[in-house]
Amino acid sequence: MTTDILEMRGITKTFPGVKALANVNLSVARGEVHAICGENGAGKSTLMKVLSGVYPHGTYNGDIVFENETVEFKDLTDSEAKGIVIIHQELALSPYLSIAENIFLNNELRGRGGLIDWNKTNFEASKLLARVGLRENPTTKIMDIGVGKQQLVEIAKALSKEVKLLILDEPTAALNDEDSDHLLNLILHLKGQGITSIIISHKLNEIKKVADSVTVIRDGKTIETIAKTDVTEDRIIKDMVGRDLEHRYPDHTPHIGEELLRVEDWTAHHPQDTSRVVVDKVNLNVRAGEIVGIAGLMGAGRTEFAMSLFGQSYGSKISGRVFLRGNEIRTRTVAEAIQHGIAYATEDRKTYGLNLIEDIKRNISMASLKKLEKYGLVHDNEEYKVANEYRTSMNIKAPNVLVKTGKLSGGNQQKVVLSKWIYSDPDVLILDEPTRGIDVGAKYEIYSIINRLAAQGKGIIVISSELPELLGISDRVYALSEGRITGELPVAEATPEAMLKLMTMEKPR
Amino acid sequence: MSNPNPPTIEEARVGGGNVNPTENKLTDRLSHILADLGKNGIFIALIAVVVLFAILTDGILLRPQNISNLVVQNGYILVLAIGMVMVIIAGHIDLSVGSVAAFVGACSGVFAVQWGLPWWLAVILSLGIGALVGVWQGFWIAYVGIPAFIVTLAGMLIFRGLALVVLGNANIGSFPAEYRALGNGFLTDVFGEFEIDPLTLGVGALAIIALVVQQVRTRRGRQKYSQDVEPMAWFITKLVLVSVAIGFFAYSLASYKGIPITLIILAVLVLVYGVVMNRTVFGRHIYAIGGNRHAAELSGIKTRRVDFWLFVNMGVLAALAGLIFTARLNLAGPKAGDGFELEAISAAFIGGAAVQGGVGTIGGAIIGGLIIGVLNNGMSIMGIGIEWQQAVKGLVLLLAVAFDVYNKRRSGGN
Repeated sequence: MTTDILEMRGITKTFPGVKALANVNLSVARGEVHAICGENGAGKSTLMKVLSGVYPHGTYNGDIVFENETVEFKDLTDSEAKGIVIIHQELALSPYLSIAENIFLNNELRGRGGLIDWNKTNFEASKLLARVGLRENPTTKIMDIGVGKQQLVEIAKALSKEVKLLILDEPTAALNDEDSDHLLNLILHLKGQGITSIIISHKLNEIKKVADSVTVIRDGKTIETIAKTDVTEDRIIKDMVGRDLEHRYPDHTPHIGEELLRVEDWTAHHPQDTSRVVVDKVNLNVRAGEIVGIAGLMGAGRTEFAMSLFGQSYGSKISGRVFLRGNEIRTRTVAEAIQHGIAYATEDRKTYGLNLIEDIKRNISMASLKKLEKYGLVHDNEEYKVANEYRTSMNIKAPNVLVKTGKLSGGNQQKVVLSKWIYSDPDVLILDEPTRGIDVGAKYEIYSIINRLAAQGKGIIVISSELPELLGISDRVYALSEGRITGELPVAEATPEAMLKLMTMEKPR
Repeated sequence: MSNPNPPTIEEARVGGGNVNPTENKLTDRLSHILADLGKNGIFIALIAVVVLFAILTDGILLRPQNISNLVVQNGYILVLAIGMVMVIIAGHIDLSVGSVAAFVGACSGVFAVQWGLPWWLAVILSLGIGALVGVWQGFWIAYVGIPAFIVTLAGMLIFRGLALVVLGNANIGSFPAEYRALGNGFLTDVFGEFEIDPLTLGVGALAIIALVVQQVRTRRGRQKYSQDVEPMAWFITKLVLVSVAIGFFAYSLASYKGIPITLIILAVLVLVYGVVMNRTVFGRHIYAIGGNRHAAELSGIKTRRVDFWLFVNMGVLAALAGLIFTARLNLAGPKAGDGFELEAISAAFIGGAAVQGGVGTIGGAIIGGLIIGVLNNGMSIMGIGIEWQQAVKGLVLLLAVAFDVYNKRRSGGN
């Protein structure tokens, strides 16, 4: 009898033409929190899909031993019956159903005559909610609570299935710091109750906080498993990328020129609740060759500011003035904004940035088709050439530009989005969370691209919820809180402490 | 995707980065042909249906007169299918086209018969009414934001009702000859009377030449820009096959009455709309909107404007279909256009359009429409009743889309 709750031995999984996992071994001790790290496409998710039966027994080679018993799962239901529950990055909750209904979905509590016993359902749900520390009425609809709380509902749902091994796939990717902290504490709390967890994450600081051991996967192979006492960020990064990352941010010597963009008293209200001010008299400017960061907590109005500026894509009752090279411009529609040389790369590439069923080529040209127009027709060979140039210069990893963007990894998708906007030839680029959901290696590439654009004399505004990243790449940072600019610092003076103070500064009441 | 050194343009040209040309040439060719067959599955389905019914009807299906009938009988559905597939690509639907066709047909009866206007003026006015119908529906869909399903469901009732109002519970009939030519006229005997019409043959020959020249030019252009092209042998095989089909088609028409006017209208529409969808900014915007409306909006595409004009366009095409149908029957009646919308929608989906939008082609919709046409025609020749025809068509629609879904899943697409 070993102390391991789970052992995966020699797991090999091939897809047509690709070996996704090659002889991967993973041992998870009973009652520990085990982190799995790796770049996107390293094979983490594939490994978890093998474990949870999404890829059924027979489609892979190797053995899975769970609680000293070799298991052969046919599907998710099989693995859940044994107490293995996986919570995916994209939450699987039905927005129009209540918390309690979601928790007991497909596991309904029945009373007499096989009908659902709602009193019992809500009562049991509230007990589970208490266990995960969520103070919400179980009859509240999922759509009415935030992502952080939804994540907790997912965990409550897992608890209702008497989970022994909880797998969390990037659980904090969409959460703000406060919600992340709560979630991580909950994982530790559940550990105290004897629940083993596997957590897949990119965020090294949170791994350090919760994990008892870390397994790093690269290119479908296990590199090593590190015990808590030996974990350092540098070691994990080195394992993940296979080389030392001396600097996480590329060197950048700013050559700052004249002012490109100036925004004065920019104000926007909530699109439905038009009395609520979301962006409050924002004043800022960007100069040529300058990288300006906007820091703010979740809900500070960062994206709302950017999107209201970019063709009034967000909000209502928008007022304020925009100047480009000293001349006032109008940006009331996206087309106008683009025409005046403003570009906005969204924080949510899949929903707002890309046409995933279309190829790389047509995504890159999407915002600039007029440039390719000749005698009223789109010059499609020229379009191919342009796209190919971007594929090379941006290092988009795809065999050709006819690959659908839905099939690319997050980093490569982001490069397509950036290519689209660079091709529109803007003066000012607003990049909203440019490295969200991207692995370490690709992040470095994105930073290099940002530097290159600044070196070409473009003005760059970067919005990011990762403060170290923002301070690592910007020349100057603004802090945003409750829709207001609460401070502006050159990066040399912007310590994380100083920034956090500005970012949490409340409105004088 | 973890290849650290992406192939350069030079490498990409020799087909996905194969450095050793001899080793992979054959498999490369085969994979090309297989991929092509997958893409052209709908085309192969059409051939299969034609061959099947040619056998089942003892060759009657392919007789010159019947070939000619096939075109004329299905012309209005094909016209509708062109507009419908565009609407579907943008992520909408139009349930009203049958009623609009009836309404416009009735109006044209008033213009051409009751008021005695010249045929060309009647046609222009009728198309204008179609455009106005499109403006009406486009306004609600694009600028008020009501789902097209609802707006056009309402339109289906509204314009059916208005058609009855215009007709005043009677048929309007006996249209002038020039008007009737839209539906059953032929371009023939221009060079005198022959057993086999030389003009039709000449046009057929020109069509083949134009096709070859266009294909070769496209291929050259793509090669010049270092793009992947299909293997020469397969390219030629395909061209020969299509040329033979066109030749046979032209010969059949030539030995009957010549080129139907409806076919000329159709050919022009297919060419123009093919270019619009593939090569113009407007067409590209339609695909972009259907693929991801939010992303299209944030790329500066004026989505509302595109939606609006799509429905105006659909209105005009529905009007044209109504004219062709009325001309063919020489009668504007209350039951005209009944069920047209369903045939047009089926044609688009059989032709590979996706319910979620973003995917589809004019060519696919035309072939889808032809499959339905051949089914109708073949089963009628065999004496199969209308009830079974309905059931079979429903089944074909289901199977075609199921095949498409299966195909996409197998190739790992979403």
